[in-house]
Amino acid sequence: MYQYDNYDQAMVDARVEEFRDQARRRLAGELTEDQFKPLRLMNGLYLQLHAYMLRVAIPYGTLSGRQMRMLGHIARKYDRDYGHFTTRQNIQYNWIRLEDAADILADLASVEMHAIQTSGNCIRNISSDQYAGVAADEVADPRPWAELLRQWSSFHPEFSYLPRKFKIAVIASQQDRAAMRLHDIGLELVQRDGVIGARVFVGGGMGRTPMVAPEIAPFITEDEIVSYVEACLRVYNRYGRRDNKYKARIKILVHELGADEYRRQVEEEFAHMKTLGLNPPREELARIAAHFASSAYETGISDEIDRSDPDFALWVDRNVVAHKQPGYAIVNISLKPIGGIPGDASADQIELMADLAERYSLNELRVTHAQNIVLPYVKKADLYTLWQQLDEAGLGAANIDMVTDIIACPGLDYCSLANARSIPVAQKIAQRFTDNGKEGVIGELKLKISGCINACGHHHAGHIGILGVDRKGTENYQLLLGGSGAEDASLGQITGPGFDEDGIVDAIEKVTDLYLAERQGEERFLDTYRRLGMTPFKEMIYG
Amino acid sequence: MKLLTGNDLASGDVIWWTGSGWSRHVGDAADVGDDGDALLAAESEALRVNAAYIIDAEQSPSGPLPSHIKERIRASGPTVRADLAINTEIPIVRA
Repeated sequence: MYQYDNYDQAMVDARVEEFRDQARRRLAGELTEDQFKPLRLMNGLYLQLHAYMLRVAIPYGTLSGRQMRMLGHIARKYDRDYGHFTTRQNIQYNWIRLEDAADILADLASVEMHAIQTSGNCIRNISSDQYAGVAADEVADPRPWAELLRQWSSFHPEFSYLPRKFKIAVIASQQDRAAMRLHDIGLELVQRDGVIGARVFVGGGMGRTPMVAPEIAPFITEDEIVSYVEACLRVYNRYGRRDNKYKARIKILVHELGADEYRRQVEEEFAHMKTLGLNPPREELARIAAHFASSAYETGISDEIDRSDPDFALWVDRNVVAHKQPGYAIVNISLKPIGGIPGDASADQIELMADLAERYSLNELRVTHAQNIVLPYVKKADLYTLWQQLDEAGLGAANIDMVTDIIACPGLDYCSLANARSIPVAQKIAQRFTDNGKEGVIGELKLKISGCINACGHHHAGHIGILGVDRKGTENYQLLLGGSGAEDASLGQITGPGFDEDGIVDAIEKVTDLYLAERQGEERFLDTYRRLGMTPFKEMIYG
Repeated sequence: MKLLTGNDLASGDVIWWTGSGWSRHVGDAADVGDDGDALLAAESEALRVNAAYIIDAEQSPSGPLPSHIKERIRASGPTVRADLAINTEIPIVRA
């Protein structure tokens, strides 16, 4: 994986010392909160419902064992023994003291990590496919391009004060595991006539105005990716609305201009940029790509898995994915134990996962946008031993992409923007589908919960989505059906009037019962919904 | 009744104005009545509190109780982590 060069390290170290002085001045009364707030936000430090919250960037969700261990150390030393992995492949700490914040950033810098650009109207952490580099179906490892974009976008002076925050995803498979078309810019690496390039999608997003990004360029060459993205951003920076934060995202600009007119303006800007020679040199991409080359595979090893333990076999079926390298497997560690908090992991669990990555996964982990962890390089011969250690630590849940593998934002239990709690609803749903024994029968069902319209829990993209709202001071939950963040991206539709906390659990059981009664062949819940449409589901719910 | 609340500048803890200082427990909070704005300005200036504001509350047998669910959760701590709660006795949802 990528390792900082001297420039990277010097930049991050300098930022730590700059923030240390800013925090000192705030604590000494030399800065007001109005002066300090934008400075702390530039370093990922929010003030949330109960305390300061620090969001740490995990570029394209990739971590080394050493970095993961540091995340556990921070949870134990500075927080309350746990961290929360997010839908942006980052980690958040909920109980940070301002007086500790600079020390935490220094600890992060010591393992080539930071919290820069995890807030504010700038280009945020670049996200990617959690199976990058190991998926059998990818045309290339997308992470070198994600890293190139990370370097390009870090402290980019032109894009530090955009109209609104900006999120980019890079994938390289037709199967979209990163909700690419629900990003401000989504890049899908493709190959044409032996040449690597990218399809470019612009103007997707969730939030209060959800949109699936239209395709703006069907193919740009790999050399042009950075300058084309820059052209996309230049048009947005020039014409994106700054008078109304609810209309300031690029999706609004693309929607109001229309994709054709936005494309025309980007092409015009891109033609100008070509004259400036801003494409990064090929040697730089090659230098970055060399960091991601996997040469440590063992060859000639067993490609068999002993499935004689039924609990292990179930976990293999649900959590283990085919690897491109014979003898290896991709392991998903679920952070969704029944009754647990989606995405949370204790300091002990984080450190254990670091140890296991070093021992069994070529020292690498990934964070997924579904708030789980991936060990991408596990030998099949090590799977049983690995599973036993995970299970012993409460990390053995066998439920990836099942109804209990719920994405949930922190909701009103932690977030100052939320209108309703997400976590208790997720816990009740998981318990219901464990008690009724239907999870395995249902199969793949992506359920996503947000505690407010900002949609951090991706409710628009859930096969079943739940949106928590405030109705006259009480929590109310709207139900959405038919969303998808995958290659068949679509936005969920609201079924009708909302429910209280118990009512929403009942409603979900009803729609899954209808699915089980009506499905044909191998249809997933989403397929059956798309075939039948909303009407029978509404009738089932509201009678 | 009206309560003055905010977060402690250094720790970030939720705190409540008691009439003479700040407490982490909403049960210690004092009704600021019509003096809230002046208190808010003075305390913000004195750097003891961050992002202070005034909320509606009602008197209950166990003391002041914020009216809105968000403030009740601020007073209680996360409802899903009893081990981290400040006060699990606070009713989150209205009866």
